[in-house]
Amino acid sequence: MTVGIVMLCHTALDRAAQVARHWAERGCPVVIHVDRRVKKAPYQKLIADLSDLQTIRFSERFVCEWGTWGIVAATQAAATIMLRDFQQVRHVYLASGSCLPLRPVSELVAYLDARPRTDFIESVTTADVGWTIGGLDLERFTLRFPFSWRKNRRLFDAYVRLQRRVGFRRKIPKGIVPHLGSQWWCLTRQTLSAILEDPDRSLIDRYFRRVWIPDESYFQTLVRLYSVNVESRSLTLSKFDFQGKPHIFYDDHLQLLRRSDCFVARKIWPHASKLYRVFLTEEGAGQAAAEPNPGKIDRLFSKAVERRTKGRAGLYMQSRFPNENWENGKSAAPFSVFEGFSELFENFELWLGKMTGTRVHGHLFAPERAEFAGGEEMYNGALSDSAALRDYNPKSFLASLMWNTRGERQCFQFGPRDLQDLNWMLAMDSNATISVVSGAWAVPLFKSNLNFSEIRREAARLQKIEADHLEILRSPWTKARVRIWNLAEFVENPMEPLQLIVDEISPRAMRRLTEAPRLADLSGFGQFLQNLRNQGMQPVLMGDFPVTDDFQNNPGRRGRPYAVK
Amino acid sequence: MARKRWRIRAFRKRRELAVCANRTKAIVEQDILLFSTLRNERVRLPFFLRYYRNMGVNHFLIVDNGSDDGSREYLQDQPDVSLWSTEHSYKRSRFGVDWLNWLQLRYGHNHWTLVVDPDEFFIYPFCDTRPLRALTDWLDASSIRSFSAMLLDMYPKGPIGATPYQEGQDPFEIAQWFDSGNYGIKRNGHYGNLWIQGGPRARMFFAENPERAPALNKIPLVKWHRDYAYVSSTHMLLPRGLNLVYDEWGGEKASGCLLHAKFLDTFALKAEEEMLRKQHYANSHEYKAYKAGLNDSPDLWCKWSEKYINWRQLEILGLMSKGNWA
Repeated sequence: MTVGIVMLCHTALDRAAQVARHWAERGCPVVIHVDRRVKKAPYQKLIADLSDLQTIRFSERFVCEWGTWGIVAATQAAATIMLRDFQQVRHVYLASGSCLPLRPVSELVAYLDARPRTDFIESVTTADVGWTIGGLDLERFTLRFPFSWRKNRRLFDAYVRLQRRVGFRRKIPKGIVPHLGSQWWCLTRQTLSAILEDPDRSLIDRYFRRVWIPDESYFQTLVRLYSVNVESRSLTLSKFDFQGKPHIFYDDHLQLLRRSDCFVARKIWPHASKLYRVFLTEEGAGQAAAEPNPGKIDRLFSKAVERRTKGRAGLYMQSRFPNENWENGKSAAPFSVFEGFSELFENFELWLGKMTGTRVHGHLFAPERAEFAGGEEMYNGALSDSAALRDYNPKSFLASLMWNTRGERQCFQFGPRDLQDLNWMLAMDSNATISVVSGAWAVPLFKSNLNFSEIRREAARLQKIEADHLEILRSPWTKARVRIWNLAEFVENPMEPLQLIVDEISPRAMRRLTEAPRLADLSGFGQFLQNLRNQGMQPVLMGDFPVTDDFQNNPGRRGRPYAVK
Repeated sequence: MARKRWRIRAFRKRRELAVCANRTKAIVEQDILLFSTLRNERVRLPFFLRYYRNMGVNHFLIVDNGSDDGSREYLQDQPDVSLWSTEHSYKRSRFGVDWLNWLQLRYGHNHWTLVVDPDEFFIYPFCDTRPLRALTDWLDASSIRSFSAMLLDMYPKGPIGATPYQEGQDPFEIAQWFDSGNYGIKRNGHYGNLWIQGGPRARMFFAENPERAPALNKIPLVKWHRDYAYVSSTHMLLPRGLNLVYDEWGGEKASGCLLHAKFLDTFALKAEEEMLRKQHYANSHEYKAYKAGLNDSPDLWCKWSEKYINWRQLEILGLMSKGNWA
């Protein structure tokens, strides 16, 4: 017994001829259907090219537009000829002109001989398919589709909506349970002839003629009526991308295809000469009994679809520029923002870097320059520290930094002196952890050598900016992890928050801090705030900071590192 | 209808072109066509033609803007080149766009057309294993009409011009380095295209006025229709739908790169010449900046520069993408 091949062709007829010859010369009869739209000359050439082979037939030609009945009609006609002319055929394999056998024909024949009563056809009830194009599944069978989906998408959609609104439904003929599945099947003579010779066939055909994409449902549905043994999978390796068009195989897929142990693959690029050369000459390369195993190829293609639909989080580039809040990951990796810490501690950046083993930058958005870790003028990806370049497009600057350093957590300082353009972007980024000691910007002012009137003005300005910033951080749209202490409460007990921060950045370390950063000397700071108040400026963000240096008199807290038990 | 205006302009400018060698009869259906404008690029041409022939370009349509270094004579003798020449103003033809728009209108209809300068080398996903036709077939099947390729400035390590470029040589043997992650992107609200700036030119020559840094976004590969028109170089097109080469919902569309072999020893000479001709964009501002920059510190290389390996490297770095092509 052997297998007969029904080939549906519409382009690259020279490749189709090559494959048909391959099948026929190895004992498999072939019936070829060529799309009616193919011109006469290439069709005649195809016939002439294959005229030396006795087991090749050509069937009546139909117009095979995507998603229309023509494809089913063509299949029926070709299959009828196959069953009539070649008595030795037990299985009929439906393939396209761009299919390529990957394993020796003898292995396919042996495989089918071992399963003489099995029909290989993907056949799934409409409720269970997740891949239908246009969101139509059961409605494929109950609505009418007089307009082409490809050419008149608007009319198609409008007509579907109209039918839904008026509640139009076609009646599904008795006994038919709609099933869907891949167009490429392999059926036994018994099943196939039962479908083709059904006394009610004209009735059924009339119904399916108006179903949408009948080539994915006609045989898939009817096989359930007659088959004794349906194996619901296709022997043809054929993967579809998110637009519903098949993935194409090229020369560089050779190894993947070889190892897949699939019998037939679709669709092959017509100019992939290496694939055609290798697979149409190589014999007995595979393991004779191996089951098809398309896992690797599945993964490759599903990754490609994911790349197209989801992309790489945090990447902004020429072909990925998501609308705001549709980024699917605003930044490439988790990062931490510290506000007020480097003002309050003398060596915070060094200390944090040492404790957590991460890169700790200074004020990346400082007005003078981007303070990269280690005072670098350039950073990963040749990112420049120029403030002009950065401020020209701060969003790209931060995105680039995060993307360039992905895999290594970034920490940076931020404050009211810095560029504030990114406030919302930072707040809405779920990758961001923002720790704020509010009011700490006053410490450098306190230590500065400015005239008090200038200090007063600057303090008012910074307080306004920070207040606006905090309002954003506290807004309900904030997705970042935000922690805010005011200066007074933080200074009361700085160890706990520091421990929290370090644990969060390097959770596996989980050890007690053995070394604390050096707190700036704050004696007189309370009085400084009081002076501001006396001059009519109300510092509110620091919390209730005592006017006297009471808290600093607490022994053990002044001027030397914290001792930790 | 801005598009009509550009096309009429192109139509008028056709008179400025004189035929040197018209072999366009040899163009058949499905051929991939390359369009280019050039001036005094003789030394680059052999490698340029070889590079694109190997890629699968079938015919070159070139406008020679008054070369006097033998470029014209060389191109005239090439069997797959059609050549026009003009002495008219490069600037007033909007930097060659009008001339090429006309040639594309006349010869490019229904063909995949690649518009590149002689120092731009197209890179696309799988370009080391699949010919250009594989890409255009896939774009056709996916109903994609235009393909983006960002300009990536390549530079040598050490002073520009330390290693002289030899005719026929791969320029990227000398200019091997590039900036991997300092590009800024904005959206052009009017035309819908992205506007990308950055790279070594921005950080070296335009650090103080970044808005003047050259645009790097390009859409060089288009399934041409006679109604289409390039608006400004290959940065943007009309109709606007052709500029939507990027995904807005988080996904990645397929894209490539144009490796830019500008920074070779030929550069200083060119900069000088262009300064004198004043034929470049924004009153040759770019060249003025280069000239000033070149005199102070001619080394574009820094320790974060990346050495070019292949397209996969550019893909991993996020400069281009495979999209859903696998």
